[in-house]
Amino acid sequence: MLKIINLSKKFNINTDNEINIFQNFNLEIEENKCTAIIGSNGCGKSTLLNIIGGSILADKGQIVLNGHNIENLREEQRANHIGRVYQNPSMGVSPSLTILENMSLANKKGEKFTLRKLIRKNNIDRYIELLKDLDLGLENKLNTKVKFLSGGQRQSLSLVMAAMKHPDLLLLDEHTAALDPKTSNVIMQRTRELIKKYSMTTIMISHNMKDAIEYSDRIVMLDKGEILLDKPSINVTEKELIDIYREKLHNFA
Amino acid sequence: MNSLIITSFEQGLIFAILAMGVFITYKILDIADLSVEGTFPFGAFVFAKFISMGINPIVSTSIAFFCGTLAGLFTATLFTKLKIKPLLSGILTMTMLYSVNLKINGKSNIPLFSYNSIFDLGPNLIVLAIIVLSIKILLDEFLKTETGYLLITTGDNESLVKSLGENSNKYKIIGLMLANGLVALSGALMAQVQGFAEITMGNSIIVVALASIIIGDTIRKSSNKIKNTTRAILGAIIYKIIGGIAIDLGLNPNDLRAINAIIVIVFLSYNNFAADIVNLVKKKEGNKDVENNKLIKEI
Repeated sequence: MLKIINLSKKFNINTDNEINIFQNFNLEIEENKCTAIIGSNGCGKSTLLNIIGGSILADKGQIVLNGHNIENLREEQRANHIGRVYQNPSMGVSPSLTILENMSLANKKGEKFTLRKLIRKNNIDRYIELLKDLDLGLENKLNTKVKFLSGGQRQSLSLVMAAMKHPDLLLLDEHTAALDPKTSNVIMQRTRELIKKYSMTTIMISHNMKDAIEYSDRIVMLDKGEILLDKPSINVTEKELIDIYREKLHNFA
Repeated sequence: MNSLIITSFEQGLIFAILAMGVFITYKILDIADLSVEGTFPFGAFVFAKFISMGINPIVSTSIAFFCGTLAGLFTATLFTKLKIKPLLSGILTMTMLYSVNLKINGKSNIPLFSYNSIFDLGPNLIVLAIIVLSIKILLDEFLKTETGYLLITTGDNESLVKSLGENSNKYKIIGLMLANGLVALSGALMAQVQGFAEITMGNSIIVVALASIIIGDTIRKSSNKIKNTTRAILGAIIYKIIGGIAIDLGLNPNDLRAINAIIVIVFLSYNNFAADIVNLVKKKEGNKDVENNKLIKEI
């Protein structure tokens, strides 16, 4: 489904602070599975997601999505196949627009934006159905500006918007890290339901070991750009992961 | 006094077009585009050039709008392609336009009294009101389209535009072109009303535009029903009338720019601190209530 082949990436090249994040890194992500990538800060997990999404370019290597090398596509071109939810709940929405306007924008993703009216009444029932699934009452607030929603509500909306056009690949970039534990739990539940409903291949970055095990099919642990552990989640315990963190991981405070 | 109000109203309507243009960059795209100080006289000089060549005033005014969009394209290219900071890009375009404006007609002041103008069509106020209303309606309609919403989103959250599969630079270019087109149109109309194009007519025009927008913002601040374009228009008219009354009361026109800046400062700080002031007053009133209750209890 997604293959990362011989990926290399350095930062601050030719300076005293040169960092070699990846060197000939390889990873294969299976279709319709949720892969959790974990590791300490600076291990390369966010860089990996940014390289897949296209906001950072790799120095070398190939990113092959469904048989096509997407390495030369710009971020916005890749976005037609990839949905992304960020850590900051405001990153995936337009805060000064209403829920309805945001949903209508997401519904146009990957299509040509023209001089036709954005809001079309015949789509509203569908948006209401999608929002009802979240069970947060957002379907009754269609005309509320997103900046007036709570972080959890905003992140739920981001999630629905990212998944709305059933992307080939969904990237979750610590998307519950800025939320309180209860809200975080709700968002994780909704995430699981959406992934299942649309059969989306998902890569999830998390610092929460429990969530990573509970909500993913496979755990990949990175350290200094290398794979330290790669196992089906069902065969991993939280204790095992924490032990590895304590013993082997660099930069672990 | 009547003629003063009418002149202020006329100028207010002309500045309303300027304010709607600057509204696109300042409020929608969140870019401080200073190039408008050059685009405003640019519109006037382009109009002067074409009208003096015997071209119809409507066509000459339209060409001024078109040339303004090109100036906007230039600024947008500086910051989207050459990665120069938007503020500096605007200043660079403004500086270049100064020379361009002098080159267009070879003079810094061109009298236009002997030529036809768009105001031959009817009374100034009616012609201006029709132009301003048409632009407002077109702009409002444009902002409801798919492209219009992406323009808003570009200023609001650029990463969302990219994640929708669109290049946000494209929308910055559209916004800058549209904004500067409107500013040039406003300059061309001003030249026709006052009967001449002058190289300094754009000086501090950004402050006038910002003042109009900011005054517009204070009108029923929390109401969602008033469109931003309406606010810009009302702001420009109120601003011009305040200025007109001040001059009528004996203000030295040389002091007008300082007054302009003070108006912006007063309205901006009012917008920033209005909520605090209201809270403070409520608190004080609340304290008084508590004290009164205490007194009542004691009694």
